[in-house]
Amino acid sequence: MATPAPQASMLYRRRKLVNVASRIGAVGAAAIGVIALLLIIGTLFLNGFKSLDIAMFTETTPPPGSAGGMLNAIVGSLIITVIAAIVATPIAILAGTYLAEYGRYSLLAKPTRFVTDILLSAPSIVIGLFIYQIMVVPMGHFSAWAGSMALAIIMIPVVVRTTENMLGLVPDGLREAAVALGTPRWKVIQSVSYRAARAGIVTGVMLGVARISGETAPLLFTALNNQFWSTDLNAPMANMPVVIFQFAMSPYEDWQRLAWGGALLITLSVLSLNVVARVLVNAKRQRQ
Amino acid sequence: MNANQNEPILTTAVPNAGLRAPSPGEDTARPMFTVRNLNFHYGRFHALHDVNIDIPELEVTAIIGPSGCGKSTLLRVFNRMYDLYPEQHAEGEVLMDGRNILDPRLDLNRLRARVGMVFQKPTPFPMTIYDNIAFGVRLYEKLSASAMNERVEWALRKAALWDEVKDKIKKSGQSLSGGQQQRLCIARAIAVNPEVILMDEPCSALDPIATAKIEELIDELSANFTIVIVTHNMQQAARVSRRTAFFHMGELVEYGPTSQIFTTPRQEKTRSYITGRIG
Repeated sequence: MATPAPQASMLYRRRKLVNVASRIGAVGAAAIGVIALLLIIGTLFLNGFKSLDIAMFTETTPPPGSAGGMLNAIVGSLIITVIAAIVATPIAILAGTYLAEYGRYSLLAKPTRFVTDILLSAPSIVIGLFIYQIMVVPMGHFSAWAGSMALAIIMIPVVVRTTENMLGLVPDGLREAAVALGTPRWKVIQSVSYRAARAGIVTGVMLGVARISGETAPLLFTALNNQFWSTDLNAPMANMPVVIFQFAMSPYEDWQRLAWGGALLITLSVLSLNVVARVLVNAKRQRQ
Repeated sequence: MNANQNEPILTTAVPNAGLRAPSPGEDTARPMFTVRNLNFHYGRFHALHDVNIDIPELEVTAIIGPSGCGKSTLLRVFNRMYDLYPEQHAEGEVLMDGRNILDPRLDLNRLRARVGMVFQKPTPFPMTIYDNIAFGVRLYEKLSASAMNERVEWALRKAALWDEVKDKIKKSGQSLSGGQQQRLCIARAIAVNPEVILMDEPCSALDPIATAKIEELIDELSANFTIVIVTHNMQQAARVSRRTAFFHMGELVEYGPTSQIFTTPRQEKTRSYITGRIG
């Protein structure tokens, strides 16, 4: 064989260069993302950590100029989110089941999927306005119920899609095996599909909760806010995102300090939900 | 499971599978399925052309042929598995006890209780070994806990798996090895006491030792069950079956006693296939 021609070795050098360049580009882009995230979390910790004291969890939101905490907002957020999750989860799981199981070949599945995707990317303020129009206006006042409904509507498409995807990962062979035993359809879904996709579906619900627990815009139009301790679902209710929004925009320093603390708290809870969800999925993957 | 595992199994909880007569001679065999003018379509693709075949009762019938010849398609007609997919449909007649099983009014769950199936890839359900077996039984019978225990043990013994799993019966079925999983699937199929077991290339995902075990099992099971096996492996067909059907391009080319098909095939195409020239 002849020795390689000079242009061949140039070609080789060029290829190596392109390789290095694309690698630098990819690592750089990843670094930008990670650094931005670290900066956000770092800033939150620096500013918020010192306001994470006992009072934060034991006292209600103060008037400007006095000390206080966010007890009413924390409890309010929990109530609104839990109700939203209770409303959204069964609807969303059943809808996802329809898309992945019963309606797989039906004409209705495609438009349903499309509408779900639109809802998934709809600006949450639009959903807030919608609930405002159909619940707050007729009722004549803001309420925790309305807030929960708005959050439920935001959560549904998230869970529909993850449920459908997770059920889609269940191999058809498993369904066929159950069907081959003469198992009725509902039983196949309940005993085989759900069981095989359980960790994924639970993860979807957790991610849905994580998604709605930071939503502010829809709550501004629905649950609004409450300076005082209230667990009345028919009345405006304090909640973390709106309190943070209001306090952070205020000129009062102690309100701003509380807002930082609240922001850190909400970030940590969303972060831990995500971590738990991820651990669940990984545990499942290892078992297979 | 429990202390009396060495005692003989009580017959009350066990189906009457053991009581059937052994396989009769080829000439006297009663057909389990009588297929007449069967045509099968995947959407526009015509996969089976005017198939006529009698599958005898209590025998092992092998279906061989190159990939895409329609052998699995035929198998999936016998339990109407194709019904899951709306673009697939069959025309013609497949008689079982004088009744056309292609009849749309047929109760599919009842048909599938009589006609069990084992798939190419082992498909243990995501539950314990015990529940994998009990799952199908619970669909049809209400058994007491002890009767269910006996049934599970009976099925696992029948599938030659009991000794390997008796100490971990509450472990996940998916924790078993591939060959064990496949025997678990066979145990699951026979636990509901079907009349027919369809096997769709049951050994193609297994190593030679596991394959030998399954083949041995097929031989034993043929005393009590009608078995139809699709296989890529001609030696396997020759080893386990009494009759062999050769399919090519959606047509039944030749059907007869296995020994005759492999030694003195009547059709040129069959000869070409078994000597490795097509397929």
